[in-house]
Amino acid sequence: MLTAGLMAGCGGNQQGGSSSGGNGGGGGGGDVIKIGANLELSGGVASYGQSIAEGLDLALEEINKEGINGKKLELVKVDNKSEAAEATNGAIKLISQDKVVAIIGSATSTNTLAQVQVAQDNKVPLITPTGTNPTITNKDGKVNEFVFRTCFIDPFQGTVAAKFALNDLKVKNAAVLIDSSSDYSKGLAASFKEAFTQGGGKIVAEEAYVAKDTDFRATLTRIKSANPEFLFLPGYYEEVGLIVKQARELGLNVPIMGGDGWDSPKLVEIAGKDALNNTYITNHYSSGDPDPKIQEFVKAFKAKYNKAPDAFNALGYDTAYFLADAIKRAGSADPVKIKDALAQTKDLQLVSGTLTLNENHDPVKSAAILEYKDGQQQFKTKVNP
Amino acid sequence: MELIQQLVNGISLGSIYALIALGYTMVYGIVRLINFAHGDVFMVGSFVGFYAVTMLGVGFFPALLLAMAACAVLGMIIERIAYKPLRNATRIAVLITAIGVSLLIEYVTIYLRGAQPEAYPSTLLPDRNLELLGVVISSQSLFILGTSLVLMVLLQFIVHRTKIGKAMRAVSHDAEAARLMGINVDNTISATFAIGSALAGAAGVIFGIYYTKIEPLMGILPGLKAFVAAVLGGIGIIPGAMVGGLLLGVIESLVSGLGYSLWRDGVAFIILILILIFRPAGLFGKNVREKV
Repeated sequence: MLTAGLMAGCGGNQQGGSSSGGNGGGGGGGDVIKIGANLELSGGVASYGQSIAEGLDLALEEINKEGINGKKLELVKVDNKSEAAEATNGAIKLISQDKVVAIIGSATSTNTLAQVQVAQDNKVPLITPTGTNPTITNKDGKVNEFVFRTCFIDPFQGTVAAKFALNDLKVKNAAVLIDSSSDYSKGLAASFKEAFTQGGGKIVAEEAYVAKDTDFRATLTRIKSANPEFLFLPGYYEEVGLIVKQARELGLNVPIMGGDGWDSPKLVEIAGKDALNNTYITNHYSSGDPDPKIQEFVKAFKAKYNKAPDAFNALGYDTAYFLADAIKRAGSADPVKIKDALAQTKDLQLVSGTLTLNENHDPVKSAAILEYKDGQQQFKTKVNP
Repeated sequence: MELIQQLVNGISLGSIYALIALGYTMVYGIVRLINFAHGDVFMVGSFVGFYAVTMLGVGFFPALLLAMAACAVLGMIIERIAYKPLRNATRIAVLITAIGVSLLIEYVTIYLRGAQPEAYPSTLLPDRNLELLGVVISSQSLFILGTSLVLMVLLQFIVHRTKIGKAMRAVSHDAEAARLMGINVDNTISATFAIGSALAGAAGVIFGIYYTKIEPLMGILPGLKAFVAAVLGGIGIIPGAMVGGLLLGVIESLVSGLGYSLWRDGVAFIILILILIFRPAGLFGKNVREKV
């Protein structure tokens, strides 16, 4: 989902090409360890990159209070202008000129994929905070040794939704309605079906639509006649809003659930507050989560930026800690040793959940479940994998 | 019960098609032009209604009238600028121009306000669900059906009982002869476009209320479906558009209801092909076509 450029919000907060200003002593030398951030600080999805940068800055302030193995982390930012070619150039510059020991970035899958080869060739670890495309870390069944991510991948949300439906909502029959023009939707649905049937549930109806459809009443009538207790609807907010509205009109009042593709204020406008009651979404994190670690982060973030942190802020923040933890365990600033330490990350407590990497370098961690109540997202629970 | 519910779904979907098809078929009947920009005029009407409600704070009927007026003007402008210079050109040239106008309206709208969708305020028309023997009928779909019927009767009246209607029929029959009889052909064609576009504007507002979500490319598919509906009923025949629209809606709902929802649009266009092969004049067409 995070790969799709939802907003074209291009804020004015453009940081220059680079803010490098340390001693020229190379990545590992001296008292600082240089890490790079290759982010969308301007261009089409600038709001994603800027949010990640805010999270990174806050985390580094905190980490540098104590330092890592007696050294401080120094962040070198480059702006990839939301373009893949610039992202490749940025990665080359960070490695050859700034001699960073690891690169954080980028926000979107496309811009991250543009750096994968550079990172692999130069043997420098690359961590994307929010690139959800599975091929970033694993291409054609082969793991990209130097590439990691902090967010969970798309299909994971389907698994989480199935667990939530079975264990928390205690439903046995579910219907699935898929946007057949979206890989995101199909990926979530496939993993939902697998986890739901493995957990003893039954899929009673499986229907599809294509993006931009507006009338779903016939399909929903068919779903209703199958008497499901739960509807899994992994789509984007434009169609989801209409589907939820029309489902409620037809008297299909079962819980409806989707993924982070629902997460837009437009959803509430399209579906209406009442229709959205009894619907749930999975997301990376919720600022309403009462977990003390999250609340501490929300407080620190509000103190620095005077706003509530969103999922991008949280994942940026977490990425800095993910990397810092690996550098600490590696005991050295050697990129290859950091890569090995990153791959061995286990049970790391982060704001967006407890992170353990699987063999594909994809995090296995909890997802937040949010419930819509009168048009507001409320934190419901956290589901562990 | 499911079947009856699907019929109800189909009729509510079909009324929307019928509403758009009325304007389509009328313009075709008079000018013999398939106005592919009709779906986009429909979209503009929807946005005019939306901004009238959200920015001017007016109610449903003023918004509807405003949208109809704006679309009538837009329709006349399109006709004057794009179609009038091509009055004696080949039909294919006019058809291509119509597609160009359609794209122009779509992308100018995107340029002006962006491609993001808007949501119609839900408070404009009361929305109650009537439940009869387990079948849910929304009050809004009854309203749409009613509006389509009223507009159809009104259109029939204008075309067959008024002076301008008489002029339209004369122009449709033979533009040259009509001119010789002292009929102002240009004004008559303008009036045709104004009425057809006003109908599209009304359909846009009603669509917005019923489906909530509107966006700049919303006119493409309903426009094409309305074209299929008009051909199905016999293009140029006003009651034919109504019946064609309802029939198409019911067929689509039944296709989805049988579990082939992804085939729905395909079936609509297969119908178009079959009608064009086996009964080009449409269901209501006669050998000597009676033009509106």
